[in-house]
Amino acid sequence: MKKLLNTLYVTTQGAYLRQEGETVVASVERTDVLRLPIHTLAGIVCFGQVACSPPLLGLCGERGVHVSFLSEWGKFLARVTGPVSGNVLLRREQIRRSGDPVATCELARYFVLGKLANSRTVLQRAQRDHGPGTDLTRSVGMISDVVRRVQSAADTDTLRGLEGEAASAYFSAFDSMIRSQKDVFALTTRSRRPPLDPLNALLSFLYTLLAHDCESALEGVGLDPQIGFLHALRPGRPSLALDLMEEFRPILADRVALSLINLNQVNGKGFETTETGAVVMDPDTRKTVLQTWQKKKQETLQHPFLNEKVELGLLPHAQALLLARHLRGDLDAYPPFLLK
Amino acid sequence: MYTEDQLLPLSAVSQYVHCPRRCALIHLEQVWSDNVFTAEGCVLHDKAHSGASESRGDLKILRSLRLRSLRLGITGVADVVELHRIAPSEGGVCIPGIGGTWLPFPVEYKRGAAKDIRCYEVQLCAQALCIEEMLSARIPEGALFLGEKQHRTPVAFDAVLRAETEAVCQAVQNLFAAGVTPPADHNKRCSSCSLMEACLPQSAGYGKSARKWLFRQIEEICPRDDPTVVGGDNPAAVRDRNLS
Repeated sequence: MKKLLNTLYVTTQGAYLRQEGETVVASVERTDVLRLPIHTLAGIVCFGQVACSPPLLGLCGERGVHVSFLSEWGKFLARVTGPVSGNVLLRREQIRRSGDPVATCELARYFVLGKLANSRTVLQRAQRDHGPGTDLTRSVGMISDVVRRVQSAADTDTLRGLEGEAASAYFSAFDSMIRSQKDVFALTTRSRRPPLDPLNALLSFLYTLLAHDCESALEGVGLDPQIGFLHALRPGRPSLALDLMEEFRPILADRVALSLINLNQVNGKGFETTETGAVVMDPDTRKTVLQTWQKKKQETLQHPFLNEKVELGLLPHAQALLLARHLRGDLDAYPPFLLK
Repeated sequence: MYTEDQLLPLSAVSQYVHCPRRCALIHLEQVWSDNVFTAEGCVLHDKAHSGASESRGDLKILRSLRLRSLRLGITGVADVVELHRIAPSEGGVCIPGIGGTWLPFPVEYKRGAAKDIRCYEVQLCAQALCIEEMLSARIPEGALFLGEKQHRTPVAFDAVLRAETEAVCQAVQNLFAAGVTPPADHNKRCSSCSLMEACLPQSAGYGKSARKWLFRQIEEICPRDDPTVVGGDNPAAVRDRNLS
């Protein structure tokens, strides 16, 4: 598998990134604070008031380094990419299938199966670790039942409904996986626009990071991140990146959120409620989350389909590659990543 | 006869002989990782493509000669072509801009280990066929300089090699026309291939079914007779479930 490269997250307000030869240089108030060779980077994510020089953006485009700009709170603003590359035949096939309801349903089924199986595994592990709780047991059973119905669902709308059903079963048991600071991080309901409590703020932030990685991975193998199957097409929405990240939500983002809370690495003081009720993270908390996320990506595990050791951070890439190979006709199905 | 629009890169011809899937990955899928570039591009062409021609009386050395064959539908660059001065009666031809008559003699330098000499021979023969078409010549042989020691290996463009080269050019044209990447054929050559990661020869080969694999995994994770299942309001759906 290819080398896991770093993603540079720039959270220092007022930072300026520029190019010097083959090096990315970050400066704050005209003082250079960081130098990184471009070939060690897979992506740059800028939070808030961070600027990049045009030559640096050009170099990143040329080297396939993905640059994203997010608001200070982690809301996606813009992305800068180089000239479109990759395989035009692959993109044509992707577009063809997205216009074919049967093919769309087939691909959507793979993504949903991946997500459901991994959600179930995460709940089951919590059961094993902490003894069975009634919520956990009930949700595991409910998800198993939905998995059966997913296998025979006849169209994409049915699949979307089943996915929603499994998601409520999963989130209804989410509370049981929180072992610490339960008063602060209770999950009442999933709220996204905006997140209305600390746990939702934490999850949304992690999902944004995951989406960035999935989008980069898809572009890296020449797929168009906007043309998805499970997620309906909507201008500006990276539907395929959202499809691809479904199987990773429970095993990457949710588990990072749970470990941050259960190990008391984040606490209620790191979140503030704004006038509208929206909850945001303070800079220190954001930094902690980013560090944990980066550490998580360096863990390795055995990829069940490829049968080789893969770093967690490379999973989006590995799966994007398998999806491309399926669309090109090498594989008779898309094998989602299944946590064992 | 092909039109200029239909010409395919000469480099694809030798890649096809080495591994048709690799050829498809590079040219159809545009998988172009750095190491392919360094391994095959820059290193080989540093000296040969310096472009300057040399002249020593009865021998001229032409570098970076641009070639094409409308009959075979290929175009590319020959690293080095020697011109040997001979009489027209012995097959010498006129070369535009140079006085006298000459016999072209294509040469390829391959610094890497001679992993698959046949693909170099086909590449050299394809170059010879281009030159024959462009200069109305008949070229009986050329040479390969192989490995670190640049050991000189003569290559005779006999009927067998010519037929094979023409067949490969046809196959490459068919590959581009169909736009379908051939399945992987996993063998020991794969381990030294710089495109291994994009190719996934062990997963994308013949006979490995991702569908069956997924079906098995899901059955393992959510067994059919799972006692924890609640609901299941449609037992028929459970019975007839399939992944097709």
